[in-house]
Amino acid sequence: MKSKLFGPATIAAMATLGMGSLPAMAQSPIKVGFVSTFSGPQAAIGEDMRRSVELAKEHLGGKMGGKPFEIIYEDDTFKPDVGKARSEKLVLQDKVNFIAGYIWSNVLLASLKTVTDEGDTILISANAGPSQIAGELCNKNFFSTSWNNDQTPMAMGEYLNTKGVKSLYLVGPNYAAGKDMLAGVRRTYKGTIVNEDFTKWPDQIDFSAELAKIAAAKPDGIFIFYPGAHGVQFVKQWAQAGLNKTVPLYQVFSIDAITLPQQGDLALGTLGAQEWVNDLPNEQNKRYVADFKKKHNVYPSYYGAQSYDAIMLMASAADALKGDLSNKDKVRAELKKANFKSLRGDFKYNTNQFPIQNFYIQEAVKDSGGMMTVKTIATAVKDAKDPYYEKCPMK
Amino acid sequence: MDYLLIQMLNGVQLGLLMFLLAAGLTLTFGIMDLVNLAHGSLYMMGAYLAWTLIGVTDSFFLGALLALPATFLLGVVVEAVVMRRLYARDHLDQVLATFGLILFFNELVRAVWGPAGKSIAVPAFLAHTVEILPGVLYPAYRFAIIVVGALVALFLAWLVARTRLGMLIRAGASNRRMIAALGVNIELLFSLVFGLGAVFAGLAGLMAAPISSVKIGMGDDILILAFVIIVIGGIGSIKGAFVAAMVVGQIDIVGRAFLPDFLKTFMSSAAASSAAPAISQVLVYVLMAGVLVWRPTGLFGQRT
Repeated sequence: MKSKLFGPATIAAMATLGMGSLPAMAQSPIKVGFVSTFSGPQAAIGEDMRRSVELAKEHLGGKMGGKPFEIIYEDDTFKPDVGKARSEKLVLQDKVNFIAGYIWSNVLLASLKTVTDEGDTILISANAGPSQIAGELCNKNFFSTSWNNDQTPMAMGEYLNTKGVKSLYLVGPNYAAGKDMLAGVRRTYKGTIVNEDFTKWPDQIDFSAELAKIAAAKPDGIFIFYPGAHGVQFVKQWAQAGLNKTVPLYQVFSIDAITLPQQGDLALGTLGAQEWVNDLPNEQNKRYVADFKKKHNVYPSYYGAQSYDAIMLMASAADALKGDLSNKDKVRAELKKANFKSLRGDFKYNTNQFPIQNFYIQEAVKDSGGMMTVKTIATAVKDAKDPYYEKCPMK
Repeated sequence: MDYLLIQMLNGVQLGLLMFLLAAGLTLTFGIMDLVNLAHGSLYMMGAYLAWTLIGVTDSFFLGALLALPATFLLGVVVEAVVMRRLYARDHLDQVLATFGLILFFNELVRAVWGPAGKSIAVPAFLAHTVEILPGVLYPAYRFAIIVVGALVALFLAWLVARTRLGMLIRAGASNRRMIAALGVNIELLFSLVFGLGAVFAGLAGLMAAPISSVKIGMGDDILILAFVIIVIGGIGSIKGAFVAAMVVGQIDIVGRAFLPDFLKTFMSSAAASSAAPAISQVLVYVLMAGVLVWRPTGLFGQRT
């Protein structure tokens, strides 16, 4: 590479363009930091994201805006303080152009200021969407290729109204996202909320006390938010307690491509809401899902799809600016156009730089090969905006 | 009423799991005068070994059964290689060395089983509910934990009260030097006791695995509570560990099942839900402090 860099062609180009454009011409690669969980019980989610990021890189031919790009992965170990430290390292030491990733709202909230304010670096959340960042903490350097936490459960609530589910028992973990999710379903659901339980996060994985309360309360349905390994446990224990025969489970982020291999038949027929489903009929999505399945023999999840979108969003800005990312105002302006082929179909950015998008209802089913997956059965809401954007000072 | 019964059973189940962990801890602390922070690692190793053996034998029952001698062996090896060198040292050295063991086992698991953690499925013959009273359903697997835990407790009671080994254990707990002076093979006794403790920790780990997850550091969280239990019960006393584990189990369930609804009557539900577990956790320590004031050596501790 080095010999090519200073080869005759480069020197000639430099001479014609003049010395002023030297920094832009130097073929230093674009650097992308990616923070996720790669160890511990939730590592499966991080792995799904990494696979999708690598697939995006492959689909882009390893280049953005004509320049090669490299991705530096950092493990937040599922802890906010570690996530913050790793983000800091990416900003200060690696001097990355973009940081993406973040599964957990509490990790994102701990890392946000370090990246966007102190580091003046653009952060693209590929999953976490805490209400604070959609509202008063919104930031010119923050973009989302996912959603605000409240939105997915809001879509579920709308659907439960049309389905005529009369009473609901809510259970979720006691941290930033859990509170947003349960608040979200409360916003739209019009039936009776029998009770609401928050469990200790992340160490509580025994739900016997909560399930006993649900059995005694006899609601029409249970609404849960338990991502990853916790979702596996909740669904298993719900079935072991015999509640799968009496109280249907409605969920967000708890039954997906990551958890289904372990939940198996127990999850069959359960309904959930999501902004992206693997069977959405657009060309880019078909290609993504097919290539992912071919490589890894499993379905990708929304965590992966959102990570793929995050890389494609960066690429759209880098392409428009021909690889020159030195002017951050221009980069932000390009990102805000969301001018790329998202796997969920096109979307526009709201003033707080969260997507305005559709949400779908998905059912857990078996595919023709007998593998557990989810399929779209209805559109819950169209062009939904999150409920916090008016609190965001950006216009 | 049914609801109360189910929640109490949940507390008993949790208490029995903690008793299994605390039993080994109280024996090693009481008889060998050894502070073993790595006891939680044996709990973790029990779960991981069971995961592997269940995979090999394709049977939960067989795999779990084979994991017990495997953890016993592991315990004996750890005792011979590491612990034996620590008996003469003071508690601080023991804390330091066994803390090192925790790091060692965590890295060992990362190297052998990978960072992602494993899950053990509830065996098919227990993946249903049992009717404990007419109309009252309880998960069969949790019921099985209660049965196994109770059997182990009975076995230990018999072992300690009725056998020669139990007599030596009791004698060791009251005066270690005297039984050594009387010509008892103290090395063999220590090996056996440590191995026994490892088996109970491993059993707790593998039984907890299907209702939690098998992950690195899974024993570290529960270890603190096990220490609290042995302090409340009296160091060296199996009976004390049992009673204290039962009480702590019930306190935990009260904190999760009843306290949130009570607190919700005068505060927001999110605040109530975060306050309740904190209060129940504090209650455990308040209980410990109270017991220590009233009986400085614990409920059933040897008075000196």
